[in-house]
Parts: sequence; structure tokens; C-alpha cells
Amino acid sequence: MTTTTTTTRAPVRRAASVGSGRPHGGPPSARRRRERLYQWLFLVPASVYLVLFFGYPVVKNLIMSFQDYGTATFYTGEAPWVGFDNYAKVLGSTIFTTAALNTALFTAGSIVGQFVIGLGLAVFFRKKFPLSGVLRSLLLLPWLIPLIASGAVWKWILDKDSGALNQFLEALHLVPNGVPWLTSTQLALVAVVGVNVWIGIPFNVTILYGGLQDIPDELYEAAALDGATGWRSFWNITWPMLRPVVNVVLVLGVVYTLKVLDIILALTGGGPANASQTIATESYALSFEQFRFGEGSALGNILVLISLVFALFYLRASRRGVED
Amino acid sequence: MSAISTTSSGTMPARASARAAKRTGLPYTALGILFLAIMLFPVYWMVNASLQPNGTTIQATWFPIHPDFSGYGTALAQQGQNLGTSLIVALGSVVLSLAIAAPAAYALSHFTVRGTNIVLFAILISQMIPGIVVANALYTAYNDLGLLNTIGGLILADSSHGVPFAILIIRAFMGSLPSSIIEAGRVDGAGHVRVFWSIVLPVSRNALITAGLFTFLFAWSDFLFALTLTTTDAVRPVTLGLYQYIGSYVTDWSSVMATAVLASLPAVVLLLVAQKFVAAGTSTGAVK
Repeated sequence: MTTTTTTTRAPVRRAASVGSGRPHGGPPSARRRRERLYQWLFLVPASVYLVLFFGYPVVKNLIMSFQDYGTATFYTGEAPWVGFDNYAKVLGSTIFTTAALNTALFTAGSIVGQFVIGLGLAVFFRKKFPLSGVLRSLLLLPWLIPLIASGAVWKWILDKDSGALNQFLEALHLVPNGVPWLTSTQLALVAVVGVNVWIGIPFNVTILYGGLQDIPDELYEAAALDGATGWRSFWNITWPMLRPVVNVVLVLGVVYTLKVLDIILALTGGGPANASQTIATESYALSFEQFRFGEGSALGNILVLISLVFALFYLRASRRGVED
Repeated sequence: MSAISTTSSGTMPARASARAAKRTGLPYTALGILFLAIMLFPVYWMVNASLQPNGTTIQATWFPIHPDFSGYGTALAQQGQNLGTSLIVALGSVVLSLAIAAPAAYALSHFTVRGTNIVLFAILISQMIPGIVVANALYTAYNDLGLLNTIGGLILADSSHGVPFAILIIRAFMGSLPSSIIEAGRVDGAGHVRVFWSIVLPVSRNALITAGLFTFLFAWSDFLFALTLTTTDAVRPVTLGLYQYIGSYVTDWSSVMATAVLASLPAVVLLLVAQKFVAAGTSTGAVK
């Protein structure tokens, strides 16, 4: 650091002279254009990749949603235009109402659970105590292991007959006999939400803890002098100061939860009887199990639309964060 | 992050008060361990179950008193090739993601070209696009291009998890580099590529390692593209192998859990060995 500050002055002065035009570098506008071109080249690989793997899928999905794109298409290469038929079919089916409601419940339940527990733990870890750093970093584990591995172990923990949860609850005489967590139409969604909360807690703790670290200690000390501690200091200092971070966490959480697929497929596959089917899993089922790609992409587009609404919130929240 | 907290408490001048804080903090430590034990129970249960004798894990014991490694034998025999596939795909995705992200991050943090805002906006928007939408379109395109069931196809698709993240995290770090470093190099006559290659990249080593580690994890953990962009056994990441295990009626939980443990190993290694880099990445924003 010190070496850079000592060498800073001379180059800056020389850089200024470069900016005003070197005598033998050609006309300034042409040189500037070449400079622009060089700078653009650094962005080309990323731009191409983003266009191919995000831009193209969105456009292709939009086109497919207006086509009869099914098994036959892969043999004949023909996908006749059908207008809004796919949307009509998808929106008119009884599964859509269930899936939309499940998506709302899954998202709301997951976000509330993750956020409340995550904020509680973040506030808890703000108190410096022995091993707090180690414990906090170990807490990241559920977030880092593959979702499908978490899904596998949870599937067994929640197993009706031999699952650890039922063994535990039965030992405490809290439930009479095996609770069918994943195989009951009333409980499947609850179980899936519970597991998703578990997965989301580390993310919430990490971001919220980072936000808490940015609140200066002096504020708490001053408030303590005025007699504000505990809950009062939380509501008067922590919460207002944390609001920008809270906004980002919540909106990002919603956007990420809307598209969750892995954990539901691993635990219930959307069942039993669509009890845990969401828009994302139903879109997967239409495309990749029934090979009705047209309808699958129509449903996918509806999901994109919902995400975009929240994206607007996100952009507003993050722009406020960037400007601060 | 823990590194930062330890150094700050280490430099605290009043050692006596620090010791007092440590003593009053012990109940918190106990509570923290309790929270962590609850949160990590499923991970413990995964390891415990993987060490039970083969086949007969209907009533698993709460502790692996007589650890039995036959589950791992079965897992390695059945999933060894899939683990190898996952490793190659993940490593390939790291190389591709960093090659794409590092130059872009440099441009986004130090150039004021008109396109930069568009690229940043595209990255933010890309986070809203559900994986199933990408998979839907890629399946048909891959089918035409012959990229289904190929390692290359998976590397390309899996990098969609890593590229946006890598750009953002490397950009955050490069943004904190003083532009005098770059100007000095430019004035000495080095072109943009030279400055980038021999000044910016070496200085950004920690950010690159952090981005690389997370990119590895993202690709290693990928399930959706493995599920949708492969149709045969030829190329089969371990996440898909695991899914097929639990998709059917499971009779042999110990080898399923052994596979889950093996699939989780990179995450554990990252957390224990490379914690310094994770901290370096997550604290760059706070440092500046």
C-alpha cells in the first residue's frame, strides 16, 4: 500500500499529459475509438456468454410458448404456431391453481422462517463470545453442501417409519405413531418448507450479520447512556439501520425461492397428489416428464413474469444500496 | 470473517477487560454450540447413517459405535465414475467461468465504457431467470447441436451458476484497487492486456481463488442441468446418481448416505481449509 501511494504522484501528472494528446499518436478521436474498442474486448466473452445462456433461453422460451412443441417436434422438426393455446391450457388446468397457491405458500413460509431465524442468529452472533467466529462459519455448511445431498438426508430423517424425527417425537410421546411427513397431502408442503428454511438460514445469517457489523458501536453506546438497551435498542437502532440490507435479503430471498426445484424434486417430487407441486416443478414436469415443451415454457414464462415483478423491487433496493 | 474478529480482539489494549468479556461470554458459547448442533444435526445424521452396516439401517443407532465402511465401498463402486464426472465438470466450469469473468470484472471496475451498465444490468436480471427456463431452451438447442450427454455441454451450462457470481465478486475486489496502479502500468507503455495480465490479475489472486472455489461448488452441486441435459448413463454427475438412488424405494440407506457424504466433501473441505479465502471474498465490500 505504501509503495503505491509514494509512486502515485508522478504517474498521475504524466497520465494527464497523455490525456491531452501525445504528438505522435494520431488524431485524438481515432485513438480514443481504438481505446474504446480495446476496453470493449474485455467485456466480449462475458457478454457473449450472458447472451447465449440467459438471453437466448428467455427468447427461445418465449417463442416455444407459442408453439406446439412436443415429442413430435424432435422427430419432424416441426412446431406449429398455436397462438395463446399453451397459456390457455396451462392457466386453465386445475393443477395451476394448486401450483400457484403452493408457490405462494412455499415462498412466504420459507422467507418468513429463514428471515426470522436468520436475523435472530445474526443478532446473537453480534455479541463477541469465545468461538463465535468458528461457530458462525460452521453454520454455513447447510448452505454449501449440494441440495440433493441435503434432500437425501432429510428424506430419510422425515421418513414415516424409520426417520429420526419421528423416532425423536415418539420417544418424547409428542406424537402417537409415525407422522407421514412426506406422504401426507396435508404435511408434505409443510415439510418441504421446513427443509427449505433450514437451507436458507445460513444465507440470511451471513448477509444480515454483515449488515449488523456496519452499524457503529457508538450508536449503541449512546443509546445505552439514554437507557435504551435490549428490545428498545433493537427497534430504535438495529432495525432502522439494517433496513436497506433487510430489503435486499428479502427480495433476493423471494427471487431465489420462487425458482426452487431441486429440494422439492428430491423430497416429494411435487407429490403426493400435487400437494407440494409449485410452478417451477410443474414446468419441469410438463417439459421433461410429459415432453410438452410448449406448455412447459409457457408456465416457465409465467414464473419469469412473477420474478420480474420482484426484480423491480430488487433493483430499487440494490440501487439504493449502491448509492449509499 | 473470523480472521478479522480474532485480530481485532487481539489488538484490544485492555487485556483484562477482554478476559472478563471472555468469561461472561461462556454462556453464549454454550448457547451457540446448541444452535449449531441443531442446525448441523442433518449433516451429523448423514455421516452417522453412512457408517451403519449395509442394508440394515431401518433402525439406525444414534451413534456409529461400530463404524462400518461397507456403505462407502458400495458408493464408490456404484458412484465412483459419477464422482469423477462431477469433478471434471466442476474443474472445467472453474476455468471457463474465471476466463470469462476476470476480464469482464476488470472492465466493469476500471473502464467507463458505455456498455458496462448494460452488462451489470444483465447480470442482475440473470439472477431472476429460473433454471428451468434455461434448461427448457438449452435442451432443445443441445439436442440440435449434439451437446446432450457431453461433458462440454454440462460445463457450459453449469457455468451459468458461476459466471455472474464470479463477475460480481471479482469486480468488488478490483474496484478497491487504486487506479494509480493501472495508470502507472499504462504510462510505462504496457497495453491493457499486459496491465491486466501482469499487474491486475496477480494482485487479485485472493478474489480469483474465492470466485474459483465458489464456482467449483456451484458446478459440483448442480442438479438441474445434470437432470435435464443428460439422458443416458454415459455422462452422469454424482448429484444425479444420488437423485436416482432416492427416487426409487431405498433399501440400502448406508450407501446412499455414503454417497451424500462424498458429494458433500468439497463443501466441507472449502469451509475447513479455504476459510481464509472465503473470508477474503466476503469482507472485500466491508474493507473499502
